[in-house]
Amino acid sequence: MMKPFGGNILFLDRSDINTDEIIPAKYLTEVTKQALAPYLLEDLKLDGFDPKGEALKTAQVIVTRENFGCGSSREHAPWALEVNGINLVIAQGFARIFRQNMFNCGMMALELPAADIDALFALSSQGTVSCDLDLPQRTLAVAVDGKPAQTLSFHIEPFDEALVCAGGWVYYANTHY
Amino acid sequence: MGKTIVQKIFDAHHRDEPFVGTRVLNLDVVMCHEITTPVAIADLETRGLDKVFDASKIKAVVDHVTPSKDTKSATQAKILREWAQRQNIDDFFDIGANGVCHALFPEKGFIRPGYTVIMGDSHTCTHGAFGAFAAGVGTTDLEVGILKGVCAFREPKTIRVNINGKLPPMVFAKDVALEVVRQLTGNGATDRVIEYGGSTVDAMTMEERMTLCNMAIEAGGTSGLCMPDATTADYLWPFINGDYDSKEAAIADFAKWWSDPDATYDRVLNIDVSALEPLTTLGYKPDQVHPIREVGDVPINQVYIGSCTNGRISDLREAAAVAKGTRLAPGVRGIVSPATPKIFRQALQEGLLEILMDAGYCITNPTCGACLGMSNGVLAPDEVCAATTNRNFNGRMGKGGMVHLMSPASAVASGIAGRLTDPRSINK
Repeated sequence: MMKPFGGNILFLDRSDINTDEIIPAKYLTEVTKQALAPYLLEDLKLDGFDPKGEALKTAQVIVTRENFGCGSSREHAPWALEVNGINLVIAQGFARIFRQNMFNCGMMALELPAADIDALFALSSQGTVSCDLDLPQRTLAVAVDGKPAQTLSFHIEPFDEALVCAGGWVYYANTHY
Repeated sequence: MGKTIVQKIFDAHHRDEPFVGTRVLNLDVVMCHEITTPVAIADLETRGLDKVFDASKIKAVVDHVTPSKDTKSATQAKILREWAQRQNIDDFFDIGANGVCHALFPEKGFIRPGYTVIMGDSHTCTHGAFGAFAAGVGTTDLEVGILKGVCAFREPKTIRVNINGKLPPMVFAKDVALEVVRQLTGNGATDRVIEYGGSTVDAMTMEERMTLCNMAIEAGGTSGLCMPDATTADYLWPFINGDYDSKEAAIADFAKWWSDPDATYDRVLNIDVSALEPLTTLGYKPDQVHPIREVGDVPINQVYIGSCTNGRISDLREAAAVAKGTRLAPGVRGIVSPATPKIFRQALQEGLLEILMDAGYCITNPTCGACLGMSNGVLAPDEVCAATTNRNFNGRMGKGGMVHLMSPASAVASGIAGRLTDPRSINK
């Protein structure tokens, strides 16, 4: 079953946010996904960001820059996002393992060109920014304070789309192999 | 048109191409540790799929937090232990026989040229030193690997890194690895495989090649590979002498994996190391690399020697050579974690541990421990560590701590001086 992709956007204006920042290693001894929930982005080094703040609490989408999710292979990073209701991360680029982990969980790691990412960041000062992703149409409808602001188109690899539609790699692989 | 080593390995392990550009590969080895595997095991149980595709191809180790430090880490070890027993996984390594996965598994001869290898650990690229396609993956990929023996990858592009020249004194494979990451940058190899070659790599031991390949992921690389050659055959000979009539026959067989001279590369990078200096990192990204000579006065609180990058016997020899007859500076703590029991024993027999203990170092058991801030040497806020590990991320070795990556020789030199120090400047 496909997850919903859309909602309020949390803007993280930095490149190279690594998986240690998304979920520190000391929490990797947890054996359930739900136990990770309080610790999302706890060690993020970003001026003005509060891991306990409203912006994160009310977000269903993250928009960020280059090389998001670099470093450790820990799938705890997507899980920590998922248990906080964030199924969609939009970035200029992802680290390979993190991106694969997202799709393997039936979540969405959406890559957009730098100009589109810049346009989204430009909206961030104008109010509460939200978006809604339409997978079949390949469009991302962006709104500011609920009013339509912009519609972006995107590309997704067919395999990644198949994983999202299947609800993840285990479902897909168990049917196909 | 010629093929790269990775294209040859992909073709030899082809299972499916569900969509153009996506390849599903048959796996030769699926490696598991206690941090990323238990959730996969639990999920397989929940789905009623608690089985493995081939117990002989699964290798498992408790290495990240061992001996267990608390109830949670003990529970993770227990889940892995009971699963290995239930699934008849003979190659399971527990207390007394366990060590850092990327040092232990090569030592056991599990990795061979041309193999496909995955593990729920990003430094799985280390095993590319044997001419294998070895990739770090998440728990879901691991779960499917355990269950079905397959993993999906995008069609690989390859960056060829030619490394030539003789390494100057006190400059090591770690410095070369850092230089490669500096030049490629932290995402310069994303969705790429790094192929290392050139006279410097040809002259490297398997341990040095593992150090080099280990840090491919710090440039974003899916894997990092060296061509399997006589050095590879020498290392593997105790494990493969039943498969080949002679070492020469093994070497000739390995050559089938070599990239063709007319293979196509996404990019070619040439590095001359004959004037390379001892290097370290500043900041929180592994590509922020500088000559130690130029970093200014950076006092340290701790030296850490170990990890899948630099916890092997040659690293401990290198550390002991610098440490011999010296002491850690007042106020500096030193920690050495030999990466496997075999390395520990060898270092003991060679007198290396005694030299390091005389210099003031604490010797811990083999474990990933402090490298990722789990145990055995976690930093306090604002503390600084000269470390032979692979990541200097914010909080990596403990919240608020700072890690500077370097070779074992540089780390020991820094411990003697109490600040980041070029090992060439130590006069004994």
